[in-house]
Amino acid sequence: MIASPQEIWVYLAASPLLNLTMTLAAYLVGDYLFRKSGHMAIFNPVLIAIVILVSILLATGTSYQTYFEGAQFVHFLLGPATVALAIPLYRQFDRVRHSGPAILISLLVGSATAVVSATVITWLLGAPQVVVASIAPKSATTPIAMGISEQIGGLPSLTAVLVILTGITGAVVGTSLLGRLGVREASAQGFALGLASHGIGTARALQVSELAGAFSALAMGLNGLATSLLAPLLLNLLGRWFWP
Amino acid sequence: MNNRIVLIFTILLSCQLVGEVMTRLLRLSVPGPVVGMVILFCGLVVRGHVPHDVGVVADGLLQNLSLLFVPAGVGVMLHARLLADHWLALSVALVLSAMITLAMTGLVMTWTARLMPGQGEKAGVE
Repeated sequence: MIASPQEIWVYLAASPLLNLTMTLAAYLVGDYLFRKSGHMAIFNPVLIAIVILVSILLATGTSYQTYFEGAQFVHFLLGPATVALAIPLYRQFDRVRHSGPAILISLLVGSATAVVSATVITWLLGAPQVVVASIAPKSATTPIAMGISEQIGGLPSLTAVLVILTGITGAVVGTSLLGRLGVREASAQGFALGLASHGIGTARALQVSELAGAFSALAMGLNGLATSLLAPLLLNLLGRWFWP
Repeated sequence: MNNRIVLIFTILLSCQLVGEVMTRLLRLSVPGPVVGMVILFCGLVVRGHVPHDVGVVADGLLQNLSLLFVPAGVGVMLHARLLADHWLALSVALVLSAMITLAMTGLVMTWTARLMPGQGEKAGVE
């Protein structure tokens, strides 16, 4: 007695196995295309994986909630991976320590720039208040950004998506833009990538060098902190001008 | 490796766990894993070096860091309507803001590093 395809589909659609496997497979396809293209930035593995997965989910009528029941096992590893960033940071700490004042000044300028530029542009282009608030913390790492978004009247789940898209954008344009501007030190490249594009920028910086990765991990951690202090403050000030 | 990988994951998860408890206890606005990163960093400073196996496992995890953002990114489908209504504002803001932020941060870091004596070494240029 052989089960019908429908019966098998009913089983697979309800179990986390299929969605977990698809997540890994879609990422492998993205990574393969990225390598095959000679590391062309636009073939970002995360971007490709998201496009593949969303297409499959829409085509099969699978909800995001069902998908996430499988994908949560991958999502969960973000926590221990963030903890593990202490290791490249420790290995490069001598270099980091010597850049103390430069780090502090770049952090304050960069963090404020991220919040102000994103909110002013979305406001100028006519987006409503909830969208402007959702994009304000987009350079901070996902869990911090979602918390800030809730605090300032945004939609945390929209913020999560904007955070990922910011990360991909930074990873795609980052190194070539910085190179063109004459920012060639691995420390400055890494710090800018981590500040503007959190963990996805850090993943990109780790491909440049371990030193860039260490500065990027540091920038990601510090900017999470700086954004949680600056974003509510800046949005409050800008809000008086945006929505008097 | 045998049970070393279990030990290392226990260390990473314990740091995160202590971090999560601390953020709630002290009502910090920083997420638990970032506090966990600080805790592990302090542990390494006390220890004085990165144990070989720990380095191997951590490097393996970090080499595939971007995979871990895929599930959250697929959440884009939840906001299809909102994104479709404001796609222009959002895409212009995301691209321009990322570029302005990268440029400002990178340039300020380069300039301030040059102003400080003994800085501006050209390390690890791609």
